[in-house]
Amino acid sequence: MTPLDLNNIETQYFTFAHPPDELILESKETLGPITLAYETYGELNKNKSNAILVFHALTGDANAAGYHTGAKKPGWWDAMIGPGKAFDTNKYFVICSNVLGSCKGTTGPTSMSPKTGKPFGLSFPVVTIQDMVAAQKCLIDHLGIKKLLSVAGGSMGGLQALKWAVIYPDYVASTIAIATNTRHTAQQIALHEVARQAIMSDPDWQNGDYYGKSIPARGLALSRMIGHITYMSEQSMEEKFGRKLIGKERLGFDFSHDFEVESYLKYRADNFVQRFDANSYLYLSKSLDYFDLAEDADLKTVFSKARCSFLVISFTSDWLYPSYQSKQMVKALKANDLDVSDIEINTNYGHDAFLVEVEGQSKLISHFLDRISKEITYA
Amino acid sequence: MPDNLTPLMRTDHKIILDFIEPKSKVLDLGCGDGTLLSLLFQKKSCRGTGIEIDEKAIYECMAKGLTVSHGDIDTGLADYSDKRFDYVILNESLQQVLHPKKVILESLRVGKKIIVGIPNFCHVRARFQIFFQGRVPVTKELPFQWYDTPNLRFLSLKDFRYFCRNNAITILHEKGIIGQKTICCRPNLFAHTGLYLLEKQT
Repeated sequence: MTPLDLNNIETQYFTFAHPPDELILESKETLGPITLAYETYGELNKNKSNAILVFHALTGDANAAGYHTGAKKPGWWDAMIGPGKAFDTNKYFVICSNVLGSCKGTTGPTSMSPKTGKPFGLSFPVVTIQDMVAAQKCLIDHLGIKKLLSVAGGSMGGLQALKWAVIYPDYVASTIAIATNTRHTAQQIALHEVARQAIMSDPDWQNGDYYGKSIPARGLALSRMIGHITYMSEQSMEEKFGRKLIGKERLGFDFSHDFEVESYLKYRADNFVQRFDANSYLYLSKSLDYFDLAEDADLKTVFSKARCSFLVISFTSDWLYPSYQSKQMVKALKANDLDVSDIEINTNYGHDAFLVEVEGQSKLISHFLDRISKEITYA
Repeated sequence: MPDNLTPLMRTDHKIILDFIEPKSKVLDLGCGDGTLLSLLFQKKSCRGTGIEIDEKAIYECMAKGLTVSHGDIDTGLADYSDKRFDYVILNESLQQVLHPKKVILESLRVGKKIIVGIPNFCHVRARFQIFFQGRVPVTKELPFQWYDTPNLRFLSLKDFRYFCRNNAITILHEKGIIGQKTICCRPNLFAHTGLYLLEKQT
């Protein structure tokens, strides 16, 4: 049972798809057994109608809220999940699992291959957002939940939420899609490709076979630096760093760090290398690039499968997942006569806004969930 | 009727509530903080959605448990298919849109009937100001100076009737409002606001 104050949270594990019942992936390859790392917050009510599945972004993990024993930092969405917060754990049972292909407890390229007894590395099959969602569905079935009050996430988490809405419409009462889109665009793919090339051109990468040896730290750090730039906006970088110098009074006229922004990127990237696996970064970025909700059809046709209410949130300064993409999504939802609320929040924080702009989002989400809960009760 | 909302209810809102059949599906264009939509939901068991450009107002709508879309009226209607709503409401917003004719015709496409509320720029007091003071009117109901008005269009009830006639739109009801009351006598001269229930001629 989860403590109500969300202290001493523990990650749980669910293993399924044992051979011969492996999960059939979108690529037609099979994978099993699969372990999902997940956490839950709050209490599941008697008729199991108060469950909310939240999804993390690219490099997140199952620890969405609360503190693990001894941890200094809370979960990645702790500002939004907890007693009295947007996802109020006094009312709702919130679930978050680490995505397939990640390296935070769920099966991914760092896991042991049952065939070789060694880490998968590049022998891990390419997984897609749909595969991640299919794995989550197994967890939801395992927990005995027939209908989720909401599926919610930002960025890559939003893609998963949208996928849930269209492939498991009977299981979803509402979808909250934040700073996300329905297909990765050429610009987004290009940025990811640069990040992947940074990793793969590191001599330590060794075709993904670096476990137990020296890791491709420089490549991974470089890819994270690129990522960080895309998460901020020009304004937010200007406000945070401007042209401030670091550790010196005047320009050094050499190639050591002059500017604060340079050392910030290096610091964040070096931290990241300690906590994330390079191959997982390749796999997850690929899953994003493969994402196209509409595939060969048009968006309107795809959303005709959805039956839930939607809340779509975007941010003015987000250039990685620009607002116009959310607006296209809203258009297609409206064309299907679906119940959709949407807002473009005015902010300077860029894509990061989905984690930073807590106050406005908290109001929107808590009121939206209130309404959905009532509708479910009366239905 | 024992009702704690009615005394506070605005006259235009009361009239709009009278115009609308219970359990209708409504679209409120420029729904503001959602007061009218909320009344329609509570008192007429309506459902539907609002469109609003102001970000702060979106939070207020959501707090009232409404469905609301953040956008402008001029482009917001294209997303909906024909006759999707029983009523489309354009109350106090038409004079601020860029293409009012297009918006009205689009509203008549997505709604079976539409409700339009307009300020009367040819109210008697406004006429006096123009005639005797030689100035563009600024009144309690039309409080804006020429340099900071949100209004892009200036029209009278008569102008609006002409518009309807020329565009094959049937006026099912016209209500003139003066302060808290409705008036029947010479609304184009005395009404501050006009409220219309309209339908496209087939």
